[in-house]
Amino acid sequence: MRTITSVQIATTVAKLVVEANYYLPHDVVQALKDAAETEVDKKAKNILYKIIENHKISKKGSLPLCQDTGIAVIFVEIGSDVKIEGDIYRAINRGVEMGYRDGYLRKSVADPLSRENTGTNTPAIIHLSMTSGPNIKISLTTKGAGSENKSALKMMTPADGEEGIVNFVVETVKKAGASACPPYIVGVGIGGNMETCALLAKQSLLRGVGVYSKVKGVAKLESRMLKEINRLGIGPLGFGGNTTALSVMVETRPCHIASLPVAVCIQCHSARHKSTSI
Amino acid sequence: MKRITAPLDQDTIDDLEAGDEVLISGTIFTMRDAAHARVVELIRTHKKLPFELANQVIYYCGPTPARPGNPIGSCGPTTSSRMDSFTPLLLEHGIKGMIGKGERSTPVKDAISKNGAVYFSAMGGLGAEYARAVKSSDVVAFPELGPEAIYRLEVDDFYAVVIDDAKGNDLYSQYHFS
Repeated sequence: MRTITSVQIATTVAKLVVEANYYLPHDVVQALKDAAETEVDKKAKNILYKIIENHKISKKGSLPLCQDTGIAVIFVEIGSDVKIEGDIYRAINRGVEMGYRDGYLRKSVADPLSRENTGTNTPAIIHLSMTSGPNIKISLTTKGAGSENKSALKMMTPADGEEGIVNFVVETVKKAGASACPPYIVGVGIGGNMETCALLAKQSLLRGVGVYSKVKGVAKLESRMLKEINRLGIGPLGFGGNTTALSVMVETRPCHIASLPVAVCIQCHSARHKSTSI
Repeated sequence: MKRITAPLDQDTIDDLEAGDEVLISGTIFTMRDAAHARVVELIRTHKKLPFELANQVIYYCGPTPARPGNPIGSCGPTTSSRMDSFTPLLLEHGIKGMIGKGERSTPVKDAISKNGAVYFSAMGGLGAEYARAVKSSDVVAFPELGPEAIYRLEVDDFYAVVIDDAKGNDLYSQYHFS
């Protein structure tokens, strides 16, 4: 058994939240550069270059990429050979609190009814799972509300089929329109049940922009959805163009014979995610 | 590119067309969800407002905390449609300009043309870039709301695009998705 302390977990999480908010991941930067090269609309092209320029300012380390530094969504995979010393939930929230305070990040978490800000950006959204081995893997996405508010879930039926799924995904992007900072990265969860399809959609965002599913039929579906979304003409920041989404990522899981749950997670262009292992 | 000064005078607003790119200099006030709810409540109960609304420009923004020595942190726009239910009343009470991102509701668009106002979009997700346009900031109301307080910002060459002009034109309606 390998022992990992709550202090190790807290300091790792604190470092992750700061880095995620100041450094746009390489896969996102590359996808933006590729889109800027291929975009034919001149205005859209300029906006894509401005987004890349914003990342260059941010990576100097004094200004976060976006003022909405998000709610921290943290996926933790705990190896079965690991013994955790202390309370892992408290350790993660302590790390989030330290990172948001010391990194000059905005505290954007409030009570849902009183709307009183918790002042610490906690509680974080924490998903724990077990795996094999002597490590803990921590993956983080700091999700802004502009895009999260445009996400949607629909309990479809088997008769809706692939056509129904594609229409729902494209309609959800259309409704997001110019409001949620396109070009989008679209995470889609198909199957499972109500809460599982939402989780699949969110988790797909960690895959890496431009990485297609290893399942051939699913990759084909991703490619079809991306083409249809980019025909909407919304364009970067909603000012028209061919680049409405950079990537569509679909995760599937078997579901009940009577069900077809589908969740669409809209992610803005400032797709901040980062992983590390302890 | 048109250079304009905030607060806005009517001639400036009347000269703006949907699709115009502008550089705004002068004074603007941040207000987002919580501050809107409070200001609208003050109007309804005939209480004193934290700033004179006439001709002012509101910026839908909640900045990150400023590092020591910096006037502000990252400060891009937030989604405008969340303010839609409050906006017509504010326009009736003198607000002339709003800066945010994304589409507005039909009642808001109608209120913009009726009151001779203008709605701009700033570039969403470019918070670090926008910090460079802000020369100073100070909290004028509701400090307890943290990032949702009302900040007065002095801006220089703040880039935005006219979405809804005073003549009733809407830039987004030109695009396929609208």
